[in-house]
Amino acid sequence: MLTLTCPCCGVTAEETEFAPGGEAHPKRFGPDSSDADFEGYLFARANPKGVHFERWRHAYGCGKWFLAARCTATLEVFGTYPAQTTAPPADVIKKIKTKRPEWEGYK
Amino acid sequence: MSTRLSKGGRLIDRAKRLNFTFNGKPMQGYEGDTLASALLGAGQVMVGRSFKYHRPRGIIASGVEEPNALVGLGRNARFEPDQRTTTTELFEGAETRSQNHWPSLEYDIGEINDSFYKFLPAGFYYKTFMAPQAAWKHLFEPIIRKSAGLGAVPKEADPDRYEQAYAHCDVLVVGGGVAGLAAALREGRAGKRVWLIEQSAHWGGRTPVDGGQIDGFEACDWIKATLQELETMENVTLRTRLMAAGQHDHGYVIGLESVGDTRPGADIPRHRLWRIRAGRTITATGAIERPLAFAGNDVPGVMLASAVRDYVVNWAVSPGDRTVIVTNNDDAYRTALALLDAGLSVPAIVDAREATHGALPQEVKARGVRVLEGRGVARVLGRKQVKGVEICAQAGEGGAIETIECDCVAMSGGWSPVVHLWSHCGGKLIWDAAQAMFRPDPARPPLGADGTAMVQVVGAANGDLSLAAAMGSAGLGACSSDEAPMMPVWQMPAGAPPALRFKSFLDFQNDVKVSDVQLAAREGYESVEHTKRYTTLGMATDQGKLSNINGLAVLSDALGQPIPATGTTTFRPPYTPISLGAIAGEAKGALFQPLRRTPVQSWHEAQNAHWEPVGQWRRPYCYPQTGESHREAVNREITNTRANVGLLDASTLGKIVVKGPDAGRFLDMLYTNMMSTLPVGKCRYGLMCNENGFLMDDGVVARLSEDSWLCHTTSGGADHIHGWMEDWLQCEWWDWKVYTANLTEQFAQIAVVGPKARQLLEKLGGMDVSKETLPFMQWLEGSLGGFDARICRISFSGELSYEIAVPASQGLALWKKLVTEGKDLGVMPYGTEALHVMRAEKGFIMIGDETDGTVIPQDLGLNWAISKKKTDYLGKRAQQRPHMTDPNRWKLVGLETLDGSVIPDGSHAPADGYNANGQRNTQGRVTSTYYSPTIGKGIAMGLVLNGPDRMGEVIEFTGEGEAMIKARITDPVFFDKDGEKQNV
Amino acid sequence: MSNAVSALQGATYQGFVTVSEAGLIGMISIRGDLTSKPLLKALKTQGLSAPAPRQIVTSNDLTLAWMSPDELLLICDHSAAAQRAQTLTEALEKNHALVCNVSDARALFRITGSKADQVIMKLSPADIARLPMGEMRRTRLAQVAAAVWRSAPDEISLICFRSVATYVQGLLETSARPGSELFEAAPSSS
Repeated sequence: MLTLTCPCCGVTAEETEFAPGGEAHPKRFGPDSSDADFEGYLFARANPKGVHFERWRHAYGCGKWFLAARCTATLEVFGTYPAQTTAPPADVIKKIKTKRPEWEGYK
Repeated sequence: MSTRLSKGGRLIDRAKRLNFTFNGKPMQGYEGDTLASALLGAGQVMVGRSFKYHRPRGIIASGVEEPNALVGLGRNARFEPDQRTTTTELFEGAETRSQNHWPSLEYDIGEINDSFYKFLPAGFYYKTFMAPQAAWKHLFEPIIRKSAGLGAVPKEADPDRYEQAYAHCDVLVVGGGVAGLAAALREGRAGKRVWLIEQSAHWGGRTPVDGGQIDGFEACDWIKATLQELETMENVTLRTRLMAAGQHDHGYVIGLESVGDTRPGADIPRHRLWRIRAGRTITATGAIERPLAFAGNDVPGVMLASAVRDYVVNWAVSPGDRTVIVTNNDDAYRTALALLDAGLSVPAIVDAREATHGALPQEVKARGVRVLEGRGVARVLGRKQVKGVEICAQAGEGGAIETIECDCVAMSGGWSPVVHLWSHCGGKLIWDAAQAMFRPDPARPPLGADGTAMVQVVGAANGDLSLAAAMGSAGLGACSSDEAPMMPVWQMPAGAPPALRFKSFLDFQNDVKVSDVQLAAREGYESVEHTKRYTTLGMATDQGKLSNINGLAVLSDALGQPIPATGTTTFRPPYTPISLGAIAGEAKGALFQPLRRTPVQSWHEAQNAHWEPVGQWRRPYCYPQTGESHREAVNREITNTRANVGLLDASTLGKIVVKGPDAGRFLDMLYTNMMSTLPVGKCRYGLMCNENGFLMDDGVVARLSEDSWLCHTTSGGADHIHGWMEDWLQCEWWDWKVYTANLTEQFAQIAVVGPKARQLLEKLGGMDVSKETLPFMQWLEGSLGGFDARICRISFSGELSYEIAVPASQGLALWKKLVTEGKDLGVMPYGTEALHVMRAEKGFIMIGDETDGTVIPQDLGLNWAISKKKTDYLGKRAQQRPHMTDPNRWKLVGLETLDGSVIPDGSHAPADGYNANGQRNTQGRVTSTYYSPTIGKGIAMGLVLNGPDRMGEVIEFTGEGEAMIKARITDPVFFDKDGEKQNV
Repeated sequence: MSNAVSALQGATYQGFVTVSEAGLIGMISIRGDLTSKPLLKALKTQGLSAPAPRQIVTSNDLTLAWMSPDELLLICDHSAAAQRAQTLTEALEKNHALVCNVSDARALFRITGSKADQVIMKLSPADIARLPMGEMRRTRLAQVAAAVWRSAPDEISLICFRSVATYVQGLLETSARPGSELFEAAPSSS
């Protein structure tokens, strides 16, 4: 069972105090979008073995959503950051690159 | 025969005698005994029968690895099978029963299986499946069920208490032996927050029995001094009887503490499950001695060499007068010394090695014990008790050289480190050829949250078997040992013919022999995991603690590959079995799950309401009066509400306030219709879809002010919808200025419904609730009969209806007042079933009935509630997909049975022909179906192919059994189609 | 309103600590920009200042807790809560903020005794031993959400939702049963 640090309130808590929300940084496609774009938004989710970005909500705490960079194979957590961003912040990217030189980068 | 010695026993208190029974026979032991030491002390060598062959079995070990000596403990509701006698502490009045036999331990009919062992080889169970089906059902299954299985299952509810607790520490040290003590001391002195846990009741592990020097002190003195220092440290928590069951991700360790096992019936928890979150785990879990595989190694009286000296030293129990020691290493010679010190006889030590030059063998030889080098045991004589051993050349095929009389055999095949906690979460092992064991590979540890090692191993668990090596790995003293190398022995003698291999047990608990593993290899089970399942090697309650290494060594040999190439099976938690009660903890009975209560709940309870679960709420389904059936009560409640006035506790409805400059824009995205244009003071019904376009929730929205709205959600949907709103606000439209607050629990909400509803409210007074001041679909705030009320004129029944929200603290008082004041108006409460029937009579949909996660609002004829002006709302894009605009989607209609009966819930309407799977085609299904007392017959709603175009058509629905029910397709509004009743 | 009652009307249980529902308590949820001048000014008129993240501060009869980056909880007398919420709402009328009287949405418990920590240790995965005075921890209590803080030496206060007050009382009573103490003394937090 994971432990995560909520970047919104600073509390480090175990997984049961959070609620998972799937892949981070989804890009919404609305009524004018093409079938392909909408299909990708609605159904296609990355499921890598290795570096992954996820949505979590501090459900039993401050109630805020945040994002986490994590290795799905070793469960190492590279960092957590606020949800109000469309891509992982530079410091998190840098940390992952240091620890996983073979990682091809975000998207 | 085993017996109690007159002197010694470092763990027992001879002043405190304890009475217990074994198969009804009264016996005595001492405080400090385990069940096993007490049984042996009372002369009980044979304690059970084996699983498959029902062979007589005795105690082999002195710890958690014991495979045989499992008993049923306690009686009636407190009976528990498969209790390990070697780790169960004796207590006054303990009732124990042996297992796997009928009619008795001494005379067992199942023992006949042992004569047919050739017909019960590895995989025989699976092979029975290959016979004709009838043979399995009528022949094999009854026999297998009768003869197999460990103890019986208790049939009554467990009366004991269990609980859980969370602990946090920097360092968790598992194992209170000397290595664990040394590690805890080091970490404690470094100021770390340390937990040191030990599964038994005693500190020091094996060392008090085996002796030695630590840091210049006698081991026992060092242990005492170390404990004293640890106890003074405020940052160190010491805990015995706490077993670490599993090491999980991110430093999470589950532990089971025995709290009240020796005090059955006392008002204390029996077990406590600890959820420990540790920065690091140091495992000092020691090692387990391996048996040797020779014919008859399971005869009662054959024991592990270490266990023999444990019984002598710890509990003053002699396992036998004459003990032959069979070994491949120096360590077992300690058993000879312990036996000699206790005045017992050691006729011979049978050592598989050609030469024995170590210090321990020399010391034993000097005391006059015969050491037979290069020898093995060909077979054990005796059936229910060891009578002697036949000695042979280890290198040969088992030809007897001599026979030695004895009543105990102490065997040692070397030691296996307890690597479970290291392995549970991904730590890898390496093969140590010199000591013939797998030990943790420090280069490949389990990783924690930060990507670094979260588990370290010290002492024997690390493969540092000798005291000196163990203390060295724990960071104390030099690392050297004067013990001579051991010699791996996987079969004794090496060239044992089939007759011997058929009786050389590897896994005692599952009756798996050397011959079974070899057969599995011949039949193609090359993976160790497959062999495990096929032979059952390493399964059941002991999980192969004794058998695994021997088993995979035999498998490797049969496959002609080195042992590391075979590898181990997966180590999975728990380390030893843990009680289901502890896993449940407090979550049973009334605390099984949270039961949410409305402010009026106690009144409903006092009226003996019949309940319906709605999410975690329990809402009154109906309020049956004396002698009334539920259906009669529902009908009465409906009739009364339609004729007079009814009260519904609607407190469970979600109430979410949405406020801010962008709140209108936000709600326009959430709802399919337009909420931003709703005038202040008015209410509007709205639908919410998910991004798949499917209808998710509905409810009435009231505009409270220029920038705030109150959104009502379904009872089950409040938390979800609030979370849904916050998700979009936080993660997608974070620049929009909107705040939400879930006020569901702040308000009690009471629906006052029926033609006399206005009269009732007027009796309370204080607010003008006339049609002019408070028309349909508007709301008003004020003081109603002295209550701080917000009244919405909304209706889910088609009647004149007011939903009154007051602060929850005033809810019960308002309800009671309405009941009292409404008496002469005929007021009655009504439950959720009446609510459902009345809304169905009006053709109103219900989330969860008409919707199931695949239904879009357009299917339900709700196009009027979908804005055509809006360029976007959640779900709009999905509703443009071809499948969603398909004219052949099933659509909502009303259904009226021709004979007046009620269509069963879930009925389908079959259509002509069959689908690709050979099933009848269907053309519709029922979504809601009730008896309507208002109409006087069965009414239903359903989704039907081209339904709205087929008004008046009669189609058939499946009824009970083969019967079909004819129903006419109608408008879903059955009652008061023009809404005259609610609009008064 | 004289007919107002709290969820459990002050129910009390004496175990190895005392567990009691605190009766009617006023609570006001304030959502807004916690650094904005109008909000700070509105608080100041009540004699309050915005607490730092996770902090809970008490001055006079008012307690103010940081709930999340854009939410505070003001704990006050129940009878004054509605008026106080109204005053705050009016003070923030021209700003983007949301003030709600949530007094009746919740229940407040006090766990009193030197072993109060042990009750929470049985129910919450939070490291309660390391919870300092002046900090509120929002956490999970068995299967429901709760917030705990040290309201006095040897006293822990706990807030949960009103509808689950009976469940929480049951949890606390079960955990506080005599004979089930986890430690003789309080475990060290060092």
